[in-house]
Amino acid sequence: MNAKTAARSVARPLRVSTMSWLLRPRALLVALTSAAALFLLMALNMRIGDIPMTLADVVAATFGDTQNTFIIMELRLPRALAGALIGAALALSGAITQAIARNPLASPDVLGVTQGASVTVVAAIVFSGTAYGGASGLLATLGIPVLGLLGGLAGAVIVYAFAWRRGLEGYRLVLVGIGIAAVFTNLKYWLLTVGDVHDSSRAMVWITGSLHARGWEHVVPVALALAVLLPAALLGTRSLGALRFGDDTVTGLGVRMNRARSAMLLIAVLLAAVATASAGPVAFVALAAPQIALRLAGTAQPPLVVSALVGAVLTAGADLVARTLFSPAELPVGVVTAVLGAPYLIYLLVRIRRERRT
Amino acid sequence: MSALATVARPPAKERLGALRRRRILALGGLTAALAVGVVLSIAIGAKPVPPADIWQALTAPTGSEHDIVVRSLRIPRTALGILAGIALGVAGALMQGHTRNPLADPGLLGVTQGAGFAMVLSIMVFDMTSLHSYIWFGLAGALLASAGVFALGTIGGKATATPVTLALAGTAVSAFLYALTSALVLLNEQAMDVFRFWQSGSIAARGEEVAWQVLPFIAAGLLLALANAPGLNTLSLGEDVARSLGQNVTATRAVGLVATTLLTGAAVAACGAVAFVGLMVPHMVRPLAGPDNRWLLPYSGLLGAAMVLFADVIGRVVAMPGELEVGVVLALIGAPFFVALVRRRKPVRL
Repeated sequence: MNAKTAARSVARPLRVSTMSWLLRPRALLVALTSAAALFLLMALNMRIGDIPMTLADVVAATFGDTQNTFIIMELRLPRALAGALIGAALALSGAITQAIARNPLASPDVLGVTQGASVTVVAAIVFSGTAYGGASGLLATLGIPVLGLLGGLAGAVIVYAFAWRRGLEGYRLVLVGIGIAAVFTNLKYWLLTVGDVHDSSRAMVWITGSLHARGWEHVVPVALALAVLLPAALLGTRSLGALRFGDDTVTGLGVRMNRARSAMLLIAVLLAAVATASAGPVAFVALAAPQIALRLAGTAQPPLVVSALVGAVLTAGADLVARTLFSPAELPVGVVTAVLGAPYLIYLLVRIRRERRT
Repeated sequence: MSALATVARPPAKERLGALRRRRILALGGLTAALAVGVVLSIAIGAKPVPPADIWQALTAPTGSEHDIVVRSLRIPRTALGILAGIALGVAGALMQGHTRNPLADPGLLGVTQGAGFAMVLSIMVFDMTSLHSYIWFGLAGALLASAGVFALGTIGGKATATPVTLALAGTAVSAFLYALTSALVLLNEQAMDVFRFWQSGSIAARGEEVAWQVLPFIAAGLLLALANAPGLNTLSLGEDVARSLGQNVTATRAVGLVATTLLTGAAVAACGAVAFVGLMVPHMVRPLAGPDNRWLLPYSGLLGAAMVLFADVIGRVVAMPGELEVGVVLALIGAPFFVALVRRRKPVRL
């Protein structure tokens, strides 16, 4: 037994009267480290802006009442929190999707959420743009986040309806999702051509995923969603663990397969939809974070809480890069995550093929 | 195959005869469909032109307004549609044959984003404004991206990539290039304006030059593809069998890869995101042409051209007096086809 498998096998049962849990010291360590890194990144992120501050200024303004308190509490803290929470929600959604699809390369993108939201929001921006006489009725009252949420959920329903055939199969779900996403993508391209070029540019920023000017109104929905859905996902950990085996084994283990899959899928879709509605489709966090978490924690499948923390760290880090790289100009955070994430996905692909061959 | 089915089949000679009859009938049908597509594409448009005037424009142009519409707008557009359709249809059949993967489609494999990124880069670096000056860069970008995805699909494993691996490799490369592209166009509104019209996938307003520019690449790709067909037939028995029959497997694969990238690269650089032709066409042709690639490839080309022209005409008709890009129409037709293919209980085995 080499060192890696030895580390993997360490899991101590923790018993309190009649209840018992598995305690994994390594996963706990990773979770604590990630939380510390997240705190540091958020603090660093809050230093940057039109008025540069030292870390001490940031801490003083957050916990006390200084001249910078308004900037920190109303502008920079909500943005930093939005980034962290969105990253956590996307990563959690990705961890669940990968377990259901039994494929480390799946992500909520194949569930129709991100492209559904993109098409809806691009349509809203373009048809409320200067070429069509400004925002009107429905759009003005609903706003872009609500439309993005509705569009994302509608996209997921479409994919789910087409992928269901006497049960839900991970393989079919992924491929149907890719097909439906292609239609949405072409519709999105078409919508980008019908409006004014300035509106198209605005829409382009949204569909790349951006944390620019995100306030408390973007933080609260994601925080609420996480508060409800994270415990729900943790309750489903047992059936999620069973779902990675073959269909017969899952049934043999006493899990109602289609019901468990559908319930976990619903959680994944809701998380991804809420996160996407707030910041746009931030690429690759949902894909990479669970895989990084899995390797760091040394577990057999993506650990949910650690994945969420890693996702938050990734997004906060990417936002820091996006804001400092071409400072004072700012890149959308989605550009940074995609440019960093895609090579990682390619590396994963190569590795998986190599493992399969040996 | 059960014993009963084997008994019930007619003798080999009779079956071959039936296949030959079907192939000749299908050839006639496909040629007729393409001819109808060409006629519709020249006859229908935002500006109604009476048939007599069209005939006059084709045979004895006098420089009237109708002549200009037909000769400088509709004919180049139709020609580009035929070229792109042939290229995408043949490339789709070739790619499905080489990957032995019924879901392989050149459009899913990063070609489009590769071309888009290279073109946006060239617009910004060299300050270009007209389509035919940056089409070379699009071509180069498409070729590089396509080769990259294909290599990823085969690296570290056997030459056959699974549908999921291939699709996801394409997704990864596409997403990477698209992120870079969107960063560039967000910095430059002029590039954004050119890019958004290119990426929506259209054969309109490309002008005669574009068709001439991509013609040599498509012609070379077609020649290579046809030369590749017998080798591909042998390869479909499996690499080991092909090798033991004395075939140079690496060379056959390389020729197929070069042909696919030339064909799709040229089509995509000229027309933008025109997806799903390469995916759909070989499946529709296979029952008619049989599994022999020497028949399958040309038939796919014919049907591809007809399909692009029909989709383009539909796009012109449904949104009169504006029009819907051919890429959107093809995606709306093609995606249900793709989904139906995935939902079939037994996927087509190649």
